Amino acid sequence: MKHLLSTADLSKDDAILLLDTAAQMAATQSREIKKLPTLRGRTVVNLFFEDSTRTRISFETAAKRLSADVINFSAKGSSVSKGESLKDTALTLHAMGADAVVVRHHASGAPHMLAHAGWLDAGVLNAGDGTHQHPTQALLDAFTIRRHLVGQRSGTDPVGADLAGLRVAIVGDVLHSRVARSNVHLLHTLGAEVTLVSPPTLLPVGVEAWPCRVSYHLDETLLQWQPDAVMMLRVQRERMGGGSGAFFPSPQEYSRTFGLNARRLAFLPDHAIVMHPGPMNRGLEISADAADHVRSVIVEQVANGVAVRMAALYLLLAGNESSERNAL
Amino acid sequence: MNAGTAVPGSGTSSTSTTTSSAPAVTVLGEAEIARALTRIAHEITERNKGARDVVLLGIPTRGVTLAARLATLLAEIEPSFDPDAVGELDVTMYRDDLQRQPTRSVGVTRVPVSIDDRTVVLVDDVLFSGRTIRAALDALNDLGRPRVVQLAALVDRGHRELPIRADFVGKNLPTSRSERVGVRLRETDGVADAVLIAGRASA
Amino acid sequence: MSTTYILRGVRPYGGDPVDLVLAGGVIESVTGAGEARPAAAGQDVVEIDAAGLVALPGLVDLHTHLREPGREDAETVWSGTRAAAAGGFTAVHAMANTTPTQDTAGVVEQVWRLGRDAGWADVQPVGAVTVGLAGERLAELGAMADSRARVRVFSDDGKCVHDPVLMRRALEYVKAFDGVVAQHAQEPRLTEGAQMNEGVVSAEIGLTGWPAAAEEAIIARDVLLAEHVGSRLHVCHLSTARSVEIIRWAKSRGVDVTAEVTPHHLILTDELARGYNPVFKVNPPLRTAEDVEAVRQGLADGTIDIVATDHAPHPVEDKDCEWAAAAFGMTGLETALSVVQSTMVDTGRMTWADVARVLSSAPARIGRIEDRHGRPLDAGEPANLVLVDPAATRRIDGAAQVTASTNTPFQGMELPGRVVATFLRGRATVLDGTPVEPAALGSDTFEGAAR
Repeated sequence: MKHLLSTADLSKDDAILLLDTAAQMAATQSREIKKLPTLRGRTVVNLFFEDSTRTRISFETAAKRLSADVINFSAKGSSVSKGESLKDTALTLHAMGADAVVVRHHASGAPHMLAHAGWLDAGVLNAGDGTHQHPTQALLDAFTIRRHLVGQRSGTDPVGADLAGLRVAIVGDVLHSRVARSNVHLLHTLGAEVTLVSPPTLLPVGVEAWPCRVSYHLDETLLQWQPDAVMMLRVQRERMGGGSGAFFPSPQEYSRTFGLNARRLAFLPDHAIVMHPGPMNRGLEISADAADHVRSVIVEQVANGVAVRMAALYLLLAGNESSERNAL
Repeated sequence: MNAGTAVPGSGTSSTSTTTSSAPAVTVLGEAEIARALTRIAHEITERNKGARDVVLLGIPTRGVTLAARLATLLAEIEPSFDPDAVGELDVTMYRDDLQRQPTRSVGVTRVPVSIDDRTVVLVDDVLFSGRTIRAALDALNDLGRPRVVQLAALVDRGHRELPIRADFVGKNLPTSRSERVGVRLRETDGVADAVLIAGRASA
Repeated sequence: MSTTYILRGVRPYGGDPVDLVLAGGVIESVTGAGEARPAAAGQDVVEIDAAGLVALPGLVDLHTHLREPGREDAETVWSGTRAAAAGGFTAVHAMANTTPTQDTAGVVEQVWRLGRDAGWADVQPVGAVTVGLAGERLAELGAMADSRARVRVFSDDGKCVHDPVLMRRALEYVKAFDGVVAQHAQEPRLTEGAQMNEGVVSAEIGLTGWPAAAEEAIIARDVLLAEHVGSRLHVCHLSTARSVEIIRWAKSRGVDVTAEVTPHHLILTDELARGYNPVFKVNPPLRTAEDVEAVRQGLADGTIDIVATDHAPHPVEDKDCEWAAAAFGMTGLETALSVVQSTMVDTGRMTWADVARVLSSAPARIGRIEDRHGRPLDAGEPANLVLVDPAATRRIDGAAQVTASTNTPFQGMELPGRVVATFLRGRATVLDGTPVEPAALGSDTFEGAAR
């Protein structure tokens, strides 16, 4: 695997290898000594054009646990904020000898350009680009779902398992969500069924080509479709009301129609889990009692993020790429 | 990695013989392998004056199978042996040759009992360059602090690149570097147990 | 004294071979193949073996961005018209979005004069409809019309005249001097932040969509306005199937509307955005395969009147970046004829005479330069013509183009047809596919040119 840009690029075998590797990484993280020597001497650059302390820390932790040297390159306060182009930034990283670049960018496709424009030869790991993809988020979501719903159901180690037969509802602002796009592809690849639940204004034109169902009704989906996992998407309050460009009449109406709360949780099967990629808007897309519910795995998602990112970095960097370019 | 080519530097101890041009020669059969393991089990108890503190850790893939067989044998001959004291130690993330190889899958590490102040016996199928064992010692270091670490190998084919030796050897097998040594076990390979050599010039 | 050219065995409009003699800035004679008298000794005569070549009237582009004044790093009038000649054009309409904007008589005359001095092709400046293209108040349209540049086409291209009152006033006002408003149809609110066609591809790759309806809504409004006030309307670079339908409907009602399509909308689709290469970023955006088929059909049946390049050169740094940061636009002057041949002629949907119509006579008529350009290939007409080798194929390379910029969407593609020679008032601007520097010919030929 040379780059990780989009979950749409992953075959089922790729995806399962990533999850299985993450499982082994997770196992090492319960030890007293969490650091592994695996990527000693390798340099990982966290290139963040968009503020995301959570994601950056998760990648930084993952790289450090594998003994890579980590350089944090934040666009704020650097030459990037003075108008330096993506290309010149890339050439700088190339000159510094980066082995992998973890990139978060507000423009969809920016990681794709870094990987393919010929500016640098490092592996590129997409940490979220515009409204396109956030593959490690989807992988950690799939990892969390597999642990809870495959591992616990069968009582066995879920290594090698896919998500066949599981139902996942993804609820909220699909239009602007890279998390939704990444999850739809990955969960479908792994054999799960996905229903997107969203007001029509927050679904992209063209969603009909995605490998999933679409519903405008949360209550109906929870009651009749009985999902095994419900993934709430973050909504931005300013999109929810005010002005002719708003996607919804008001935050209150959004919360009433598409918010997850204790009443709606009761519709779900007993084993169902509640997920959220964070950061949450408590009281908007998810109520406090739903977020803190015993079925909520939101905090665990964060912990699994480190293991999944360790797996991605391992698979990007540990092999001899010339003997195995793009072979993952 | 289930099979790789065991040439120096690769550190892979188990090998495949399918790519060989010369026919593979069987050097140990099922009965000989069973006798070798039984002997090793006895040597372990002799060396350690029993097996009360012994923890067997197999190195994937075939070392895990061999460790499981040794555990059964130890339990038969030495009641003090704790039948839970057998596990597997994946060394992939500690290898010194990751950059030289296609990406390896990370295997399972399962250590069911504490190894602190115990006698850990590492079990591998073929001892060759010694690099796998070097990685295993580093991995052990991150898991705890054994009182003593010993090494059991079904085959020692020589050509060490590090100052490492086995405490218990099923068979010393002089080889040339160009030859490939393969181990087949019923549990992992679905065929009768055998140790084979391929690529022997005179074959 | 200018050179006389004898074009032996050339096929006007792809028809039967003839000999054409170009002398004194006009087509001196059209005779049967082999019948033109050979040159006498001492005369300045060049004979060209044009067997197999198609002769068309010099091409006329109604939609060219020459970038000067303001963005000389992308293109100048000199480099852009030289590229035009290489593409077979003898006249180009220079769009108004320069810096400063072509919204006064002074700026349009400057551009016109730059074109005259360069001598590669006639430059007919387009005047801005509104001051600074800001869409707030009308520019001095009359002054531009009365200037030496004699502006007849007015456009805020790059921006839409979206205010319906302003659009109505512009449509009415230009009637006084037989002008036309060329509308860039893009409803601004529906396209805020838009990056590419809104549809299946934009949904998947996460780029903000540019809905087809944002183009169609403006075209529908404008044809109704044009009908209401009895004005002439030209629709720039229409790109969707329903835009074609609206134009077809308007024409059936007798609305005085003309429409153009670009070469790239005849051949490329939004699938190309999947690689995030900004060379495919253009406004209006590349649409779907269904839209491509509809604009081909519309061009073939006459609903769409002309092909115009929307030649939009950009310096490398404006394209060698992430998609959202990149500029809209692609070069087109040197590939237009090949794309039309590939999509319309080689597919049997149009004849070479049709090509002459959509790339020469019709745009000349819309731009009101039909007295000088887009003329028939008859004796006594101005010697503005292009010779094309339809049997040639070439691999497009942006770095090898004559334009000062490299942003061609056809990089690496094999396209049919090659411009062998271009003549502007009898003077060869291109021979053997290579621009002929005008300095070598002297400037007297231009001054002596007939109007």
